[in-house]
Amino acid sequence: MAEGARVDSVTAHAAHTMDKSITLPPDEIFRNLENAKRFAIDIGGSLTKLAYYSTVQHKVAKVRSFDHTAKEHGDRLYDIAVQEEVTARLHFIKFENAYIETCLDFIKDHLVNTDTKVIKATGGGAHKFKELIEKKLGLKVDKEDEMTCLIKGCNFVLRNIPHEAFVYTKHADSEFRFQNTHPDIFPYLLVNIGSGVSIVKVESEDKFERIGGSSIGGGTFWGLGALLTKTKRFDELLQLASKGQHTNVDMLVKDIYGGSYGSLGLTGDLIASSFGKSATADKEFSQGDMAKSLLHMISNDIGQLACLYAKLHNLSRVYFGGFFIRGHPVTMHTITYSINYFTKGEVQALFLRHEGYLGAIGAFLKGAEEDNPNQYSWGENYAGSSGLMSVSPDMNPMQRSRSGTFLFDMLEMDRLERQLVKLPLLQDPSSYIPDTMDLTEDALAREYWLYCFEDALDGVVKRAVASQPEAPEAQERAEKFRQKYRHKLQTLRNQPFAYGSLTVRSLLDTREHCLNEFNFPDPYSKIKQRENDVALKYYLKAVKALDVLQWEERQFALVTGVLAGNVFDWGAKAVSDVLESDPEFGFEEAKRQLEERPWLVDSYDQWFARLKGPPHKCALFFVDNSGVDIILGVMPFVRELLSRGTEVVLASNSSPALNDVTNSELQILTERIAAMDPIVQGGLRDERLLLVQSGSSSPCLDLSRLDKVLATVVRERNTDLVIIEGMGRAIHTNYYAMLSCESLKMAVIKNSWLANRLGGKLFSVVFKYEVPAGRRERPVSSIL
Amino acid sequence: MKLISDKKPAFPWFGMDIGGTLVKLVYFEPVDITAEEEQEEVENLKSIRRYLTSNVAYGKTGVRDVHLELRNLTMCGRTGNLHFIRFPTQGMHRFIEMGSEKNFSSLHTTLCATGGGAYKFENDFRSIADLELLKLDELDCLIRGLLFVDHVGFNGHPECYYFQNPSDTQNCVKRPCTLDNPFPMLLVNIGSGVSILAVYSQDNYKRVTGTSLGGGTFLGLCCLLTGCETFEEALEMASKGDSTNVDKLVKDIYGGDYERFGLQGSAVASSFGHMMCKEKRDSISKEDLARATLVTITNNIGSIARMCAVNEKIERVVFVGNFLRINTVSTKLLAYAMDFWSKGQLRALFLEHEGYFGAVGALMELLKASEEL
Repeated sequence: MAEGARVDSVTAHAAHTMDKSITLPPDEIFRNLENAKRFAIDIGGSLTKLAYYSTVQHKVAKVRSFDHTAKEHGDRLYDIAVQEEVTARLHFIKFENAYIETCLDFIKDHLVNTDTKVIKATGGGAHKFKELIEKKLGLKVDKEDEMTCLIKGCNFVLRNIPHEAFVYTKHADSEFRFQNTHPDIFPYLLVNIGSGVSIVKVESEDKFERIGGSSIGGGTFWGLGALLTKTKRFDELLQLASKGQHTNVDMLVKDIYGGSYGSLGLTGDLIASSFGKSATADKEFSQGDMAKSLLHMISNDIGQLACLYAKLHNLSRVYFGGFFIRGHPVTMHTITYSINYFTKGEVQALFLRHEGYLGAIGAFLKGAEEDNPNQYSWGENYAGSSGLMSVSPDMNPMQRSRSGTFLFDMLEMDRLERQLVKLPLLQDPSSYIPDTMDLTEDALAREYWLYCFEDALDGVVKRAVASQPEAPEAQERAEKFRQKYRHKLQTLRNQPFAYGSLTVRSLLDTREHCLNEFNFPDPYSKIKQRENDVALKYYLKAVKALDVLQWEERQFALVTGVLAGNVFDWGAKAVSDVLESDPEFGFEEAKRQLEERPWLVDSYDQWFARLKGPPHKCALFFVDNSGVDIILGVMPFVRELLSRGTEVVLASNSSPALNDVTNSELQILTERIAAMDPIVQGGLRDERLLLVQSGSSSPCLDLSRLDKVLATVVRERNTDLVIIEGMGRAIHTNYYAMLSCESLKMAVIKNSWLANRLGGKLFSVVFKYEVPAGRRERPVSSIL
Repeated sequence: MKLISDKKPAFPWFGMDIGGTLVKLVYFEPVDITAEEEQEEVENLKSIRRYLTSNVAYGKTGVRDVHLELRNLTMCGRTGNLHFIRFPTQGMHRFIEMGSEKNFSSLHTTLCATGGGAYKFENDFRSIADLELLKLDELDCLIRGLLFVDHVGFNGHPECYYFQNPSDTQNCVKRPCTLDNPFPMLLVNIGSGVSILAVYSQDNYKRVTGTSLGGGTFLGLCCLLTGCETFEEALEMASKGDSTNVDKLVKDIYGGDYERFGLQGSAVASSFGHMMCKEKRDSISKEDLARATLVTITNNIGSIARMCAVNEKIERVVFVGNFLRINTVSTKLLAYAMDFWSKGQLRALFLEHEGYFGAVGALMELLKASEEL
């Protein structure tokens, strides 16, 4: 339970010292302190944000090939070993300033690493707490410029966290509309609304300029609000404002005109003069009304200035941050409204999920420059991060002070092994959205999938335990996993927007993160191993059966082979039931299960016609499952491509996810096949068959975040065909992905709800062959 | 019935601008009345003229700005004095009733009115005083009136002025100037709210933007914060206050200048920023609050005006509107802000008849409309 940990008997809002008797929950906050280094701290007006770098020991499943000439390992193809691996992680924790001393004590007690000498600090409060920090931690406080930290942090989250930025729409079905990560994040405008307003134009990692600002900001709202009302706290003033009626205080156009000012297009409800009605001595105004009027006045003013600067510098991406914004729906709404009004909808106000952390992230990056964190790709760890607007110290001050809880908010980011870049074959990278369905906007689908993942949880727990028979505490860990993931599902039920757009992919990825968190790196390792063994035995027989077919028949048999292979999937619940109850469920039976042509989506005829033409130069094949799928379905298909003279790049996951074949497993499998099959052997030898990792460890596929090496290979080989296989990669994601070359999306729908929704039934087939517009007439097939 | 045989409109000549807070009325008092005219002049008209020209205050709240009177002016072939009168819009109903009592409708004159009130009160004029208003667009009137007054000058002196050495408080002096070649200009009209226009010729202009933080905001906030009741009172308090007790300056945060961004320590970082803190709230005076309100509103208008000038590529920024009346704190601050933030590129200009141009423009429309009959 990362969010909203509760510490009993704490009086909130005690000045800057706290009852020493409170203890912080060590498993939940300030994790991995033993290996922590490079501390940074950002102390704002009321919240402290702490950042540090740690290394996390993880169990990873490694496969190791046997020397098969010795024959001493029986029938097993490879060995699975669980090894310890060290990965880098960034921790960011946000808590109230009131707890700063308690937190510093806790850190001191748990900090083992002694290399650290310095703590980078930023934020207005850094000065105030300098001595305390130096005394408690024995670290030298090294102050960094606030704005520089802010920009560095902003660049970092925009580059590394998909769905970081969002548009806020108060009355829409889903209030948060997340933005795609644009491949190029620059240039942009950052409007930081602290006590005053700074408007900063950011042109590159190191080039930014404060182009303007205003003294009318959060401090004005707070200061004037405190003078005008009896409410003295910022968030309480916002609450007060949200209940007020500004029209009692403001002079509207209709108060002057009696209606609208038609010739200028000014509507009657427009505010002509803020506080224009309060210029009278003989009337009392309600506090809520005045607070609301003040909120409108300040938000409109900031919005107007931001628009003027955006226009002057010709910028269309405008991000808003600072304590005035910080996740407050009220101010996000008024700022959005203002921007929309002043730009006539041309510019959208953008907000950031991790806006509160920017300063801390930036200060940390300043201190970690020698590690060069920007040369790596980082990923948000869903298991270790609180979601947007889950219980956090920013929210519900009244509730908090009553319950007296210690609340904190966390963000954890893992350093990815590989640097991730976009697939060079995306037709329009800036508009590419991996996910087919946005569950934040589709309540019915959201309901179903949340139920589906909850329902599958028992099975996942069972399999996780079974994957580690020699670990006696596996049961206990698996239970913790269950709790954690169930809690995440609960959070997502209440706040579907917590981690960006809710998608089947994000639900799957969250599950993988939670499994990893409790050291279940590869629950399917043994199942995959067994199935690979079995399938490999049938490889030659399957290939021979294909070879005797006429060319035309063979092309069709190869496609049905891939499709039948794809039925073998433990990730799909309908199938895992069958697989578990009937292990003999064979490849041939799978073929019989397949839908008869015409398939649900069927462009086989176009594909077949294309095969009669010249061979492709190079095909990039994103593969799916281990076992029958990869060995009996995909490999023969690949073999045929090789025979036609097409080079093949097989892209598989870098780390395990469900029963998907990983790159290291695929290396072993391919070698074994090559030993039996001269065509595959020749392909490997001549480097016409390449095995490359995708950089992903998800059952789905984000073509905008792929291993840099893969992208290079794709470019160098002049890839002209992309094949995407399986539900996760070709239906849940990428179904609508437009590529700049020919593409083939193949999948069997192994979920009856989804099949239903697509107008098909269980085991319906999607076979979608597409040629980019302009090359040939475009095959039309749209079912979603 | 026409009093004069040529196409001149019938007296009395009024132009009226009914704003959100103030009604501005200009009255042309003919001084070239012939004996014949004098004889024919109805009693009603005489009494209006006498009432308006012999008083400087009307009722509790009406005021004639005697110092602004334009003498021996020729309009539409007649010579006379132009009087400038204002009263709060709250008194509009009383004004209409008076029009009814004085049987104003019998004069068969056209009442030209601009400002939002021309629309809002149209029905009241009709039903209570039997008067038909000629409604005119306020921005058209503003520009026409401004150009006219600037053209005729202020009793032999220029209408327009600026501040020399605006960035140097010791040597900042008001200097007269002329708007010889006025276009293009950015016209910032600060009434209850603010409208900003880019004016390219008398008939070619656009409203660039506006802000709701205007004179009405200053007065409204001052009333709430200090309990004052009038603009004069608020300004009087502001003139004695110190806004740095209320506002948080750059040096309050950074100890001095914020050099990384070239911000002076004395620049305001957060208006009312000190008021977040209880101790500071308890230690400030009403005068400080009034001053901070005035400075905040003025700086904000200056900032928006400056951005508009840059976006529209216009170097001359003309500030008008009744917010600037008897308000040298704001005029000097605007002059300073334009000069300092544009590094001398922009010049702020002001006009002596600040808030009356809409009413003058309405009067001119009366004269023009009659010519076209």
